[in-house]
Amino acid sequence: MRERGGVSDTDNQPDDGRDDGPGNEPRAASGTAPDGPPAAGGPLDAAELRRRVADLVAAHDPTTMTSVEFLGHRFDAGLAWVHFPVGCGGLGASRALQQVVEDALIAAGAKVVSAYRNPIGLGMGAPTIVAHGDAESRARLLRPLWTGEEVWCQLFSEPGAGSDLAGLATRAMRDGDGDWIVTGQKVWTSLAHKARWAMLLARTDPDLPKHQGLTYFFLDMTSPGVEVRPLRQATGQAEFNEVFLTDVRVPDAHRAGEVGQGWAVSNTTLMNERVAIGGGAAPREANAIGAVARMWRDRPELRTPGLHDRLLRAWVECEVARLGNERIRQQLAVGAPGPEGSAAKIAYARLNQDVTRLWLELTGEEGLGYDEWTMRRSDMGQATLGARAPGYYYLRAKGNSIEGGTSEVLRNVIADRVLDLPREPRTDTKVAWKEMPR
Amino acid sequence: MSEPTIPSLLYGEIEEELRATLRELLRDRCGWHDVLARIDTDEAYDEGLWKAVAAELGLAGLLIPEEFGGAGAGPREVAVALEELGRAVAPVPFLASAVLATSALLACPAGAARDTALRALAEGTRTATLAVTATTWPEAGFPLSVTGAWEDGELSLTGAVTGVLAVDRAELLVLPVIVAGEPHLALVAGDAANLARGAVTSLDATRPVGQVTLDQVRARVLAGPEHAERALGHAVRYGAALLASEQLGVAEQALAEAVGYLKVRHQFGRPIGSFQALRHRAADLWSDLASARAAARYAAACLAEDSPDAAVATALAQAYCSEVAVRTAEECVQMHGGIGFTWEHPAHLYLKRAMASALLLGTADRHRATLGALVDLPPAI
Ligand SMILES: Cc1cc2nc3c(=O)[nH]c(=O)nc-3n(C[C@H](O)[C@H](O)[C@H](O)COP(=O)(O)OP(=O)(O)OC[C@H]3O[C@@H](n4cnc5c(N)ncnc54)[C@H](O)[C@@H]3O)c2cc1C
Repeated sequence: MRERGGVSDTDNQPDDGRDDGPGNEPRAASGTAPDGPPAAGGPLDAAELRRRVADLVAAHDPTTMTSVEFLGHRFDAGLAWVHFPVGCGGLGASRALQQVVEDALIAAGAKVVSAYRNPIGLGMGAPTIVAHGDAESRARLLRPLWTGEEVWCQLFSEPGAGSDLAGLATRAMRDGDGDWIVTGQKVWTSLAHKARWAMLLARTDPDLPKHQGLTYFFLDMTSPGVEVRPLRQATGQAEFNEVFLTDVRVPDAHRAGEVGQGWAVSNTTLMNERVAIGGGAAPREANAIGAVARMWRDRPELRTPGLHDRLLRAWVECEVARLGNERIRQQLAVGAPGPEGSAAKIAYARLNQDVTRLWLELTGEEGLGYDEWTMRRSDMGQATLGARAPGYYYLRAKGNSIEGGTSEVLRNVIADRVLDLPREPRTDTKVAWKEMPR
Repeated sequence: MSEPTIPSLLYGEIEEELRATLRELLRDRCGWHDVLARIDTDEAYDEGLWKAVAAELGLAGLLIPEEFGGAGAGPREVAVALEELGRAVAPVPFLASAVLATSALLACPAGAARDTALRALAEGTRTATLAVTATTWPEAGFPLSVTGAWEDGELSLTGAVTGVLAVDRAELLVLPVIVAGEPHLALVAGDAANLARGAVTSLDATRPVGQVTLDQVRARVLAGPEHAERALGHAVRYGAALLASEQLGVAEQALAEAVGYLKVRHQFGRPIGSFQALRHRAADLWSDLASARAAARYAAACLAEDSPDAAVATALAQAYCSEVAVRTAEECVQMHGGIGFTWEHPAHLYLKRAMASALLLGTADRHRATLGALVDLPPAI
C-alpha cells in the first residue's frame, strides 16, 4: 500500500519524517533556521525585504530585460524563496515574508511569471535539492531551475510501482570508480520531453526490505542511455512519457542523501507534491466553476432545476475549498503548516471532476463535440482554462485523482498520519524486496 | 465578481486562550454523562453551568461593548465559544441569548429599554431570546404573527410565536411585531401578565424550543419601522453565520468519538480502524471538517470586519457546515455499531444537536438559494 503521497507506513524507519504527518515541514525550511541570522543589513523584516526589492529593481530594471534574466537577478538577491538559505535563492527569512516580496515586485512593475515555467522543479525539485543536495548540487541546480531555463521532471513511477512506489525495480549499481549505473523503466513521467533534470528514485539494494534499499539521485536527462517516448493520454495529448534508462551513468556527486535513504528523501518531494498540486489561493470562480457559472449566466435556455441545484452545491464546495486552501496558505505563512494539504488535494480532484462533468451536461449538444484528437505534446502540463473545449477539461480532470498520489492513497495518508488509525495489516514491509511476489 | 481579500482564517491568541478556559470548564462541568442525565429531567438547562459561562467567564457579554459592561470582543471570539459549547452539546441558552437576542439589541437604536437590557445580559443576570421561529432564515420576510396596538401610551401585544429557542427560560423576549402595519421590535418580560409560554418536547432536548402566546401584553419599543427589519435581519444573519462554528464543534466531537472507537474496538481479530472501508470514511470526514473550519472562520471574520461579503460568507458557511455536522454525527452512530444506537451512548446527543441545528436559521437548501441570488446564479425558469 503506499506511499505515493508521502505516506508511509512502514513501522521500522523512524527517521524518514513521516511520523510527523504530512504537515511536517520539508527539511528545506526546518533545516535552515528560518529565523536564523540575516545575511547582511538590518533585521529581516517586511521593511527590509521591501528595501531589498527596491534595490533589486533599481539595479536591474525588469522592463529592460527578459523575464529569465530578471528572475536570475532575483535569485541572486535571495528573493526567489526567502525562507531558503542564503546562496540558494533565499535569505533564511521567515516564510511569512514571501508574500511581501511578491507584492513589492508587482508594485515595482515586475511581470508575474507563472510557476508553470517549471512546475515540477519549483514545486518539488527545489525543496528536495535544498534539503538533501550537497553544496555543489545546490550551486549548480537551483538557479536555472528557478529561472525555468532547466525544466525538471520526476522519475518515480514504474509499470510495476505506482501507489506502491517503494516497490520500484529500477536498479542503480555502483561501478568501479564510485559512479552509479542505472537501468530500468519509468512511466507516466510528465514533462520528461522538456526536462534537463530528473528526480530519480532507484533501488540500490534488493536484499533489503523495499523501503530500505532505495537511493535518490538527480539525473541529467541528456546523459547517454536515457530514452524518452511519448505516452498519449485520454485527452489525445501527451503530457507524460515512458522513460527507458539503459546503463545510464550517474556521478555519485548527484546522489541526494545517503545510500539507502532514498525513501526518506522522496518524502520531501512527495510532501511538496501535494502542496504543489492542491494548494495555491485563487480568486473566486477562478477554476472550471467559473466557466460553468458564466455559461449559466449567459445561456438561460440551458438551465434546468436539477442542474441549478448541482451548480449551487458545486459552487459552495469550490468556494469552501478555496477558503480551505487560503487557510493552508495562511498556516504556512506563519510557519505552522497543518496536514490539510492531502485533504485539499482530494477535494480539488473530486471537485474538478464534478464541475467539469456538470459543464458538459450543461453544454448539451456542444458537449458532443471535441476540439481535436491529434496527438500533441503539451508544453507544461494541463491546458489553462479557455484554451480547449469543455470535453478536454472533463477528460483531463480524470487524471487529478491519480497524479500525485491517488485519492485512495491520500485517504490512507490521512487515516495513518492525521487520525493515527490502526494500520492495515501488511506483509510487504519486512521481507527482502527481491523475495516479494510481483 | 469582486470579493474582498480573505481575512485571517486562523485563531488568534486571545481566541485560543478563551477556548482553553472554556474547554476546561466544560470538561469539569459538562461531560456527556452530565448532558445525558439532564435530558431525562425537567430541567433542560444547566443553570450552574450557564451562570459560570455567562457571568463568571463573562461570555454572555462577548458581543456587548464595554460601555454596557460587556467584554467588547466580537464574532470571532463568539465563534470559538460556540465551537466549544457545540463540542460539549452544552445545555445552555448561549445561542438564543448571547448571540441572537444580543445582536438584535445591538442593532436597535440606543434607548433606555435597550441599554438596560444589554447591561443585564452582559452581567449574566438575565437571559434573553429572540422570539422568532428558530427555523427562520436571514432573507425570510418580517414575521406577522404578533401585532401591537397603542393603548394609553403603552404598547400592547397580541399573537403567538412557535418554535422559539429558550422561550421558557428567558427573562427577556425580543419580539418582532407589527404595529399599525409597520414592523417593530419590542421588548417583553418573560413573566409579563397575559403571556403564556412553554417548551415542547424537542428533537434536541439540550436545546428545546417552545411557544409563546400573548394576549394584550405590555411591551416597550426597541426599534421602529426604520430600524426593525434591518435589526432582525442582522440578528438572524449573525446567528446563522456563528451557528456554523457550533456545527463545526459538534462535528469535531462526533469525529473524535468515532475515531477513538475505531482504535479500540476489535472485530475479526483486528481493530476496526484498520479496515479501509472505515479508514477512508473517517479520512473524508476529517477533510470535510478542515473545509468546514475554513468556511466557519470566514463567516466569523466577515462579521468581525463588517465585510461586504458577509451575506455570501453566511450563506456559504450554513450551506456547508450544516451538512458536514449531520453527516459526521450520522457516521459517528454507524461506526459505533449497536452501541452507537443506544441511549447510554453520547452519539445520539451529537446526532440530535447536528440535525436540529441543520434546521435552525435556514436549512442548507435555503442558504444555497440565497447564494444563488447573491452571486447571480438564478434558477431555471
Ligand atoms: C496525469 C498524470 C501525471 C503523472 N505524472 C507523473 C510524474 O511526473 N512522475 C511520476 O513518477 N509519476 C507520475 N504519475 C504517476 C502517478 O503518480 C501514478 O499513476 C499513481 O501514483 C498511481 O499509480 P498506478 O498508476 O500504478 O496505479 P495503482 O497504484 O496500480 O493503483 C490502481 C488503483 O488501486 C488503488 N490502490 C492502490 N493501492 C491502494 C491501497 N493501498 N489502498 C486503496 N487503494 C489502492 C489506486 O488508488 C487506484 O485506484 C502521473 C500520473 C498521471 C495520471
